[in-house]
Order: sequence, then C-alpha cells, then structure tokens
Amino acid sequence: MVYVYIFVMAFVTYLLRVIPLTVFRKKIENQFLCSFLYYVPYACLTALTIPAIFSSTASVISAAAGLVTAVILGFWNKGLFTVAASACVVVFLTERLLGL
Amino acid sequence: MNSEFKRGLKDGLPIAIGYFSVSFSFGILALQQGLTIFQSVLTSLTNITSAGQFAGLQIIVAGGTILEMILTQFIINLRYALMSLSLSQKLDKKVTLWQRFIMAFANTDEIFAVAMSHQKSLTMSYMAGLQLLPVFGWTAGTGVGAVASSLLPDSLCSALNLALYGMFVAIVVPVARKARPVMCVVLIAIVLSCIFYYVPLFQSISGGIAVILATVIAASVGAWLFPVPASEKDMDS
Repeated sequence: MVYVYIFVMAFVTYLLRVIPLTVFRKKIENQFLCSFLYYVPYACLTALTIPAIFSSTASVISAAAGLVTAVILGFWNKGLFTVAASACVVVFLTERLLGL
Repeated sequence: MNSEFKRGLKDGLPIAIGYFSVSFSFGILALQQGLTIFQSVLTSLTNITSAGQFAGLQIIVAGGTILEMILTQFIINLRYALMSLSLSQKLDKKVTLWQRFIMAFANTDEIFAVAMSHQKSLTMSYMAGLQLLPVFGWTAGTGVGAVASSLLPDSLCSALNLALYGMFVAIVVPVARKARPVMCVVLIAIVLSCIFYYVPLFQSISGGIAVILATVIAASVGAWLFPVPASEKDMDS
C-alpha cells in the first residue's frame, strides 16, 4: 500500500511539472489565477510549518526556540542551509539545557 | 565535456549540498514514521520535492485516502505548474519535446530559480548539468539519513526534525519581509492553520486537508486583495 501512495505522489507531482512544459505553451493571462499561484507557495509552506513544527521535536519549548532562530536568520536573508542548520543546533542546545 | 553542461553542474552544486542536508532529515523522519530505507529513497528519487514529500509522508502514516493524497500533492505542488510554464518561455528553440519530458522531472523551486537567472536561453545540456547533482544530493541524502536514523541518538533526531521547517522558514521569511502582501498571506495562513488544528469544531479535518484549505483560502484572499502586477511576477520568477 505504501508503494501505491508513493506512485500517486510521484505521478501527480510529475504531471504538474510536465504538462505546462509540453502541452500548454501560452502564458497565463488571468490576473487572479496568476496572483493566486504567486501566493500559493508562501501560504502552503506556512500552513505546513505552523502549528506542526511545535510537535516535531522532543519539546514545544525547543521547537519554539528553533522557529524563532529560523525566523530571525531568515529575516537577515541567510541562506537555506545556514537557517536550517542553525535552527537544528538551537533545538539541540535547548533540549540539553532543559535536560531532556 | 560540453561547456553548457559544465556550467550547469557548477550552478547545481550549491543546491545539491543544501538538498543533501534537508533530505537527510527526510530520511530520518521517514524511517521514524515506519517507512523502509528503500521506500524512503524511492520516494525522494521519484518526487524530488520537499514540501510535497513531507506532507505525503504524514498522509501515509495517518493512513489517509488516495484522494486526499492526490489533492494534497496537487495543491502543494501547484506552484510547479506555474514554474514549468515560465520555464517553457525561456527554453532554447532546439529543445525537443522528449527533452522537455526529461527536464520537467526535477523542476524544483531552487533549480527553477537558478535556471531563470541564467543569462542565456536554456539548452538541454545546461538543464541536465543543473539538475544532475541536486537530484543525486536529494536521493543520496535521504538514503544516508534513513540508514543513519537507527544509529543516531534520539537527541540528534529530535533536532534534525526541525531542518525541513527551518528551510521552509528560510524560503518564506525573506520574501514576507520585502513584500507586505506576502506577509499578510502568511499571517492569514498561520491563523487558519491554527484554527483548523486547535479549535475542537474543526478537529475532524485531517492534516492534509487542513493544509489545502489554509493554502487555498490564504492565497485567494491575497490574490483578491493584492493582485500581483505582471512585472512583479517576472521579478519573482
């Protein structure tokens, strides 16, 4: 059953990538649709992160510390790797401080 | 070696390193949630997408329906359709139809961003070089993470679970800081997502559907209140 899920995931993802590149070669003109698609990644990544991030680590406190670290570094325009790695380090240190 | 291909490899290397670290945490998470090493590597090799795989994993673990999986992947990865559309406008005239089928496979957020900032029109050689290392990094990272998950202490796994979210934050926050409409969309998404999660009335809604609803509503409100002018879209892509 897990393989069915994986196949469905891969198939839907590939279709979304391949259809516009091969079939539709015109530009989208509808402004609402364009604007909607422009906002989708930000809305989606945000909804994926919050509130799920708070239950991703051993403690809500360490997750919150990691989130705050990531937001601050993101605000300073640090790269993906720097932000993600620093947030992980802060989670690790926070959990050691909490004695988990 | 073709110089376009070499240039692609060079542009793809930093992406590959970033992908390795994030997919490493995907591998750990996938094993923790009960997938096998082979299944987690297969997922990464066939999908090459962080948010989609991550949400998909939650659905697999929760035993969600196939329809839920299709809808979630469709909404979360809908942005790729827009990216592929933009990419199609920048392709070299010599690129054939079957080459389009190949380069569509790994059109990720980061690869797309780098391809669009490439000075010349995009050839198959360049795209092949650009995508090769990130695909390898993404798949290999998952494999190493999956193998290491049983060896790593719980304390490290707990910290690494945050890596994926850290990357999402790193994508969203810099844009939200610059563009107030994006900030509004992000805040709406946070409020909706929390309502679906914490308000008892909505707790029958599964995680995947909650993400879809929050995304569609927040992005629609954004599109309605702050239509994006054509020039800004080009700048973003």
